[in-house]
Amino acid sequence: MAYSEQVIDHYENPRNVGKMDAEDAHVGTGMVGAPACGDVMRLQIRVSDDGVIEDARFKTYGCGSAIASSSLVTEWVKGMTLDQASELKNSQIAEELALPPVKIHCSVLAEDAIKAAVEDYRKKQGA
Amino acid sequence: MDITRNYFEFLGVPVSFDVDQARLAECYRDLQKQLHPDRHSHQSEREQRLAVQYTAYLNEALATLKSPLKRAQYLLSLKGIDTLSDSSNQLDPMFLMEQMELRERAAEAVEHDDPEAELDALQAYVSSDFKQLQQSFAVAWEAGELEQAELLVRKMQFSAKLQSDIEALEDRLFDD
Repeated sequence: MAYSEQVIDHYENPRNVGKMDAEDAHVGTGMVGAPACGDVMRLQIRVSDDGVIEDARFKTYGCGSAIASSSLVTEWVKGMTLDQASELKNSQIAEELALPPVKIHCSVLAEDAIKAAVEDYRKKQGA
Repeated sequence: MDITRNYFEFLGVPVSFDVDQARLAECYRDLQKQLHPDRHSHQSEREQRLAVQYTAYLNEALATLKSPLKRAQYLLSLKGIDTLSDSSNQLDPMFLMEQMELRERAAEAVEHDDPEAELDALQAYVSSDFKQLQQSFAVAWEAGELEQAELLVRKMQFSAKLQSDIEALEDRLFDD
């Protein structure tokens, strides 16, 4: 199966790879995994006091589509509010990356990751 | 021979996670002998075709029952639980965190003073972890705790993937 140009671009030049301090009150961390393929994804956001995502980082151990999906999400969510970010749909990711049907689950994983990161941040703020 | 029976019954071993591998190999050889093409050359085309079908089923059965992960997945599938589909269901974040760290450690091993020793140590850790998951699965399965058994299979899937990733890394680094 051939990867789309968009996937190859993100795979070869992943954006925003890295790690933030998960203990930081301004950081939300989303950890998700796809048991069937053993992929693991960590997506982190840094949120300003007025609820805007200032920065995002990811690390994904998985196939090219999983890496590209998470890379794309970190680009997209920068500048978004938490509500906007949690409304991201996997179909938007799949469409942008031209993912074939067998790789749709990679975009689902990225959607789950950003939702988990937002939830983690909100939990921290509420606590 | 009856390919509508499950792999365990087909091969003639008890339906259980604990499979006596020596017994399994014996049962396999017996069935294989019965299916050998030389014994069927005088038979009709239909019977020969059946023998080919049986052989395929037999090989699939053996491959499934030999592998701890495939065996566990297959046992659950007999109960109607599908662990092969790609659902990214919510797993314990602590478990995922550890999986992430182990993968990071594998990736960083390349720059280690002694990458081979580092990867060997990591592989030893992961495989003992995998064995523990197997033992827990056996206990959960025997007790009929299917939900717990399913969770353990999902963990085994991550562990198996990590083991094969480490092997691939070792092949790339040391097979010159």
